[in-house]
Amino acid sequence: MWNWIQRFSSPKHFYGMSAPLIKWFSIGALLIGLYGLYLGLFVAPTDYQQGESYRIIFIHVPAAWMSLFVYMVMAISSGIGIIWQIRLADMVAAASAPIGASFAFLALVTGSLWGKPMWGAYWVWDARLTSELILLFLYLGYMALQSAIEDQRSADKASGLLAIVGVVNIPIIHYSVEWWNTLHQGATIAKFDKPSMHIDMLIPLLLMAVAFKLFYAAVVLVRTRNEALYRDRNRRWVRELIERL
Amino acid sequence: MNWSEFFHMGGYAFFVWTSYALTFAVIVANIIFPIIQRKKVIARIKRAIKREQIELDKESA
Amino acid sequence: MLKAYYHLLIRDLRLSLRSRHELANPLIFFILVVTLFPLAVTPTPEALQTMAPGVIWVSALLAVLLSLDRLFKLDYEDGSLDQLMLSPNPLMILVLAKVTAHWLLTGLPLVIIAPLLGLFMSLPADAVSVLIYSLLLGTPVLSLVGAIGVSLTVAVNRGGVLLSLIILPLYIPILIFGANAVDVASDGLPVTGQLLFLGAVLALALSLAPLATSVALRITASR
Repeated sequence: MWNWIQRFSSPKHFYGMSAPLIKWFSIGALLIGLYGLYLGLFVAPTDYQQGESYRIIFIHVPAAWMSLFVYMVMAISSGIGIIWQIRLADMVAAASAPIGASFAFLALVTGSLWGKPMWGAYWVWDARLTSELILLFLYLGYMALQSAIEDQRSADKASGLLAIVGVVNIPIIHYSVEWWNTLHQGATIAKFDKPSMHIDMLIPLLLMAVAFKLFYAAVVLVRTRNEALYRDRNRRWVRELIERL
Repeated sequence: MNWSEFFHMGGYAFFVWTSYALTFAVIVANIIFPIIQRKKVIARIKRAIKREQIELDKESA
Repeated sequence: MLKAYYHLLIRDLRLSLRSRHELANPLIFFILVVTLFPLAVTPTPEALQTMAPGVIWVSALLAVLLSLDRLFKLDYEDGSLDQLMLSPNPLMILVLAKVTAHWLLTGLPLVIIAPLLGLFMSLPADAVSVLIYSLLLGTPVLSLVGAIGVSLTVAVNRGGVLLSLIILPLYIPILIFGANAVDVASDGLPVTGQLLFLGAVLALALSLAPLATSVALRITASR
């Protein structure tokens, strides 16, 4: 079985195997996403509290979930890379960071745009937005550390360790920010209280969440392939591949 | 389906549509940048192959 | 093992005390930054009292951050870090010794000078004692977690700002609970919850941070 893992995790083998996967993940993401959007924008009823502006939820919540999910994947791959010395895992981690960071950014901006009609301000220090902002900082720190260290292996392991330390801290940060937020509730009442989730609202939300994850899968495969090509640029399998292109 | 009502989004048109537009932009960016990255990597490797070939030719000359 | 800890601690303290003038820098920085706020905002006691917990805590954070560099830098540059890593003693214990030295020289002075800053910022007496407790529990965590960050960036040229970028998000929970403890103490409310949280984080950091730091050192500082 160890042989199987070794073969499976070789960048060359991965490169060949991933091409059709990208296609399937993309198609899945597109179809499910379009269907989710259709249900969310056209079928889901108007929320009696928030009117039509609640429809941002079909983007904001999946983006926030995505940013957390990708960070977990990053931390887990980094762990695999450090413990079992599997280079492919390091590549996946490095490839995931910009994707996760862009969705954290999206969650913040859509949250802000949702906040303005709800509470009259583009930015409020509510628990979820604040946690999301800190998560974005964690991503940026990871990416900064990766690019600051020249030796590839050291860079992978150092940023990988940072990702693992970050993942341990995320629950602590979440809890602290939640707690801090309850102290400073202020005059405004319901924060990002989820609108009482009508099933017609829940389904498009979940569909969009799944679509985003499939999109991530496709994009991370493309990026990981690029990492594999670059890092193995002096190896024969890459040279032969390039010459055939 | 009343299209003008749909676009109006109960008065929240700016907020809702900007959000969706930004989402679209982030998705497009996540598609384009990896593709550009791939082209750059391949070009770079090709250049390296060429350089090495020139070195080899020089040596054997 | 305990002997190794003790000897490394004494060694670090002795080395740092040789350049005594440098030791005062984080402390002076701390006082200076806190002083900026009455000047920049307003010196009225009510406003100062509102700002005080946050201002003092953030300044403490920054002072510790600036002083972290010396934790491993000099040893890295002259090769003693390599020697430490080759030692038969567990690296975690050695890291703990260095972090203890760092805290004694950086964090503890901040705790001691805190009452003065409480005075500057018009904090009532109850709040000042809570300030001391919160800093006493919090500054070791800052040194411990900071050590993880320094060990990751020790080989990076001019890694100071990168260090801040990496460490500050991790400092946020400590900041939240530490500053809040002082804040509610000003109103005479109980602070046991907050101090317990800080204590729990300290326990967690004591057990995990030296491990993470030693792993990071083996990754980045081995040439």
